[in-house]
Amino acid sequence: MWLVRLAWLNLWRNKSRTLISMAAVFFAVVLSIVLSAITVGAFDNMIKNLVSYYTGYIQVHRAGYWDEQTLENSFRRSTSMEDSMMNVNSVSGITPRLESFSLAASGDVTKGVMVVGVNPKTENQATMLENKLVAGNYLNETGNEVLLCEGLAERLKLSLNDTLILIGQGYHGATAAGRYQVKGIVHFGSPDLNDRMLFMSLNTAQQLYSAEDMITSYVFVLQEHSDLDETAEQIRHLLSNHYEVMTWGDIMPEVKQHMESEIVTDRMFLVILDILVGLGIFGTLLMMMVERSFELGMLMAIGMKKSKMIFLLVSESVFTVMGGCIIGILASIPILYYLKINPIRFSGELAKAYERFGFEAVLPASTEPENFIWQGLVVLCIGLTLALYPVWKVIKMDPVSSMKR
Amino acid sequence: MMKNDTVIDAHNISKIYNPETIPVFAVNDVHLHLNRGEFTALVGPSGSGKTTLLNLIGGLDRPDTGNILINNIDITKLSANKLITFRLNHIGFVFQSFNLIPVLTARENVEMIMHLQKSQRMDRDTRIKQLFEEVQLSDKIDSRPSQLSGGQQQRVAVARALASKPQFVLADEPTANLDSKSASNLLDIMAKLNTEEHITFLFSTHDQRVIDRARRVITLVDGKIVSDTLPTSTA
Repeated sequence: MWLVRLAWLNLWRNKSRTLISMAAVFFAVVLSIVLSAITVGAFDNMIKNLVSYYTGYIQVHRAGYWDEQTLENSFRRSTSMEDSMMNVNSVSGITPRLESFSLAASGDVTKGVMVVGVNPKTENQATMLENKLVAGNYLNETGNEVLLCEGLAERLKLSLNDTLILIGQGYHGATAAGRYQVKGIVHFGSPDLNDRMLFMSLNTAQQLYSAEDMITSYVFVLQEHSDLDETAEQIRHLLSNHYEVMTWGDIMPEVKQHMESEIVTDRMFLVILDILVGLGIFGTLLMMMVERSFELGMLMAIGMKKSKMIFLLVSESVFTVMGGCIIGILASIPILYYLKINPIRFSGELAKAYERFGFEAVLPASTEPENFIWQGLVVLCIGLTLALYPVWKVIKMDPVSSMKR
Repeated sequence: MMKNDTVIDAHNISKIYNPETIPVFAVNDVHLHLNRGEFTALVGPSGSGKTTLLNLIGGLDRPDTGNILINNIDITKLSANKLITFRLNHIGFVFQSFNLIPVLTARENVEMIMHLQKSQRMDRDTRIKQLFEEVQLSDKIDSRPSQLSGGQQQRVAVARALASKPQFVLADEPTANLDSKSASNLLDIMAKLNTEEHITFLFSTHDQRVIDRARRVITLVDGKIVSDTLPTSTA
């Protein structure tokens, strides 16, 4: 106990050195927590954006549908299948869709469009489709009405209550054709989706494509993104190999890759930051060992064992690094809450680039406790690893050479 | 009468630096025998090997040849770890520049040695009280080194050296950084401890005041003992 007290007192014999070391740890912890929280927050937000725009977290199709997206690869909707999939723990919602391509015409303008038949209620729970309305009203369960994406409406020169003609091929080669009223216009961040998507109720789509009770996909909403892979695996176990289970990353591999490369960049930045902080701490340890070499030699001369000296020096390092870590964690809490409420917003070209991928151009901060703990632990480990330097010096120390002035 | 038993018995000790290039004999085939209760000064010009000899006798360094017996234990054969424990329990050190721990009080500096020896609280308290009375610093017991004069700090260092109840005290130029009054005061205290408590002191020194007070003076030149005036009658 007296050694712990001595270690504590030793910290304050050179206040500047101790405060510099603590400040290095403090800034490292704050910066790494904030940076990591923004990375995690941005990552989570991107995924939420992605899944809520269109894909959902997981999709189930008939096997082979993703490679050949035709109505011939649709499957019959099954209440028992839906019930069993809803029983998977982390699944919070499932919505069915019937999707196909058709030619849309209005006046003398035509364009290939993707027709998505949805259950208005469950689709809204999954992708918050109603929130994307910029004009008009949301879909009903039945009726010859559609929601057009804003870009597509502009291309077809359509506005609310105008009529749209759809022509295409239905299930088993039947002709698909119909007239529909524009009930609402929705905006999608992704220009690609915004220029080609058209929504109608599932019943209406099934009638259009002569595909009664048929759907092309189930779209899943999960409670937590972290459950993604495990949930996908559980659903695979539930279903026969007549179905394919795809995560959003399988559906949009290029977007996943882009996000992963951003995460790698941020982690590299964190590593560089940690190295700089490590060098800062090491510098102060180096200085401390030079300054106290005589004293440590004297302590060994008068009978202090090396193990006790190591305990003393490691205790000093623990106090310094722990102190910096704890203050850093406490200081980063209000910063992160502020950044969560007032996220950093991009503007200009960067914002456009984000929106092109269908993401909101914001960087919200995550306030997950594990982020604080993990980053604090990383810096703590760096500090304690560097504390091995004085340990090594003490192990090699002999009193005579240490006491040479 | 003081019992004339052996405390230090060193035979043929040599310490050679650069043995493979240009050998320098810091200590050259020295024989030294010290009995309990001696008050001995080790003198000689700078570079004569005084500090090296003290380091060897104190178990801080190892000789290249010879044996050093302290209480019949050959310290040259002890492992590094056992040597630290041996120093703690058998040898007291007083350094030229006091070397007190600045963040500890005078009492804590002395008590540290007894902590290392794992002494009981009651024993520590009794011993500290006694030691501070002996070095005449009872009123400064809770002062930090920065609040003490050089002479007072060196007296605390003497108390620290005696805290473990050592067989002898090695003092490397103990008065070198002190003014005459403080040096005289310190020597009075050490002489009293020697006389009344029969504590053995071996000093390395240039200081004539110390030499004048010593009852035995060993002169070292180029690592060899060139003269050894034997103890006068007991103090």
